[in-house]
Amino acid sequence: MSELPAEVESWIGQRKYEEWGEFDVERGYIFTSCSSVQNGNPLFWDEKVANELTGGPIAPPSMISVWFRPHYWSPGRTEEAVPLQLHFDLKATLDLPEAVMTDNTITFHEPVRVGDRLKTTQILRSVSPLKTTKLGTGRFWVLEVEVENQNGELCAVESYTGYGYKRDPS
Amino acid sequence: MSEDQLLLGDVQVGQELPELAIEVTPTTVVLGALATRDWRPMHHDKDFAQERNGTKHVFINTPHNAAYFERYITDWTGPKGRLGKIQFRMSDSVFPGDTMVFHGKVEGTGTDERGCGWVDLAIRLTVDDEVTTSCSARIAVPTEPGDNPWKRKGSDWQPSPSS
Repeated sequence: MSELPAEVESWIGQRKYEEWGEFDVERGYIFTSCSSVQNGNPLFWDEKVANELTGGPIAPPSMISVWFRPHYWSPGRTEEAVPLQLHFDLKATLDLPEAVMTDNTITFHEPVRVGDRLKTTQILRSVSPLKTTKLGTGRFWVLEVEVENQNGELCAVESYTGYGYKRDPS
Repeated sequence: MSEDQLLLGDVQVGQELPELAIEVTPTTVVLGALATRDWRPMHHDKDFAQERNGTKHVFINTPHNAAYFERYITDWTGPKGRLGKIQFRMSDSVFPGDTMVFHGKVEGTGTDERGCGWVDLAIRLTVDDEVTTSCSARIAVPTEPGDNPWKRKGSDWQPSPSS
């Protein structure tokens, strides 16, 4: 397991899983999100402020991942859908059953507006050699998610550092 | 400060943001997990969190963390504050029963080549004075009362210094 499998090597830099969100950006979730952290920014609660500052209601930028998380269940689905499939592909292919996310970076571009439908693309940027940490032995990987709106405008680039590992036998 | 809106000229390097303390309950964690559409059981099922994750309780998830950072930053800037970039590293989790405290400090200020005013922040989230998450953020603020960073598009919006 010390060499990176050729299959995984070939994924680096490839654009994978281009997917549209399962529903349009809507205000109910925006209110729920703001409520969950007591965010009283009038931009998200007061339509007049939203019209004046942003030409209409927008979503809090930090909600970017909300819009591409799949429903827990939907008709016809037989397997659990996961929000970052590439992360789970890496766990399976590298035989690293446990994983944690350690770093998250989000760069915000065009605001996400109510009514938008967003498209995401996942890109594997790097996979580290084997490393041993207090959690076990495994690899760090960096995944990027590009988020575009229905007009092809870039809304955000999200970068995650994940650590997939096997617990040490002891 | 103009009304409830911070202007670039109001900000100095080294300035500290007001602290924000939040008492975390199971509801805090579950509310955040549902608001961010994160159905994974370690954010709502204490037994699962203890048995599978080896943690003492359910814990706050990553996008809920991000939402708290955004709230903390824009509570300070006012509604014209527009986040350009946020980066955080989680070194420990936050659990029900914890009091999480946000601390922020201005690391840099400036204006880019397009005239957009920027503030760079270093933020720490602590529980019992231990850092659980460290964060850096870059936020655009108006350079004068008539300025509005949200109106910037295309090459006039440079959220990352290298972009």
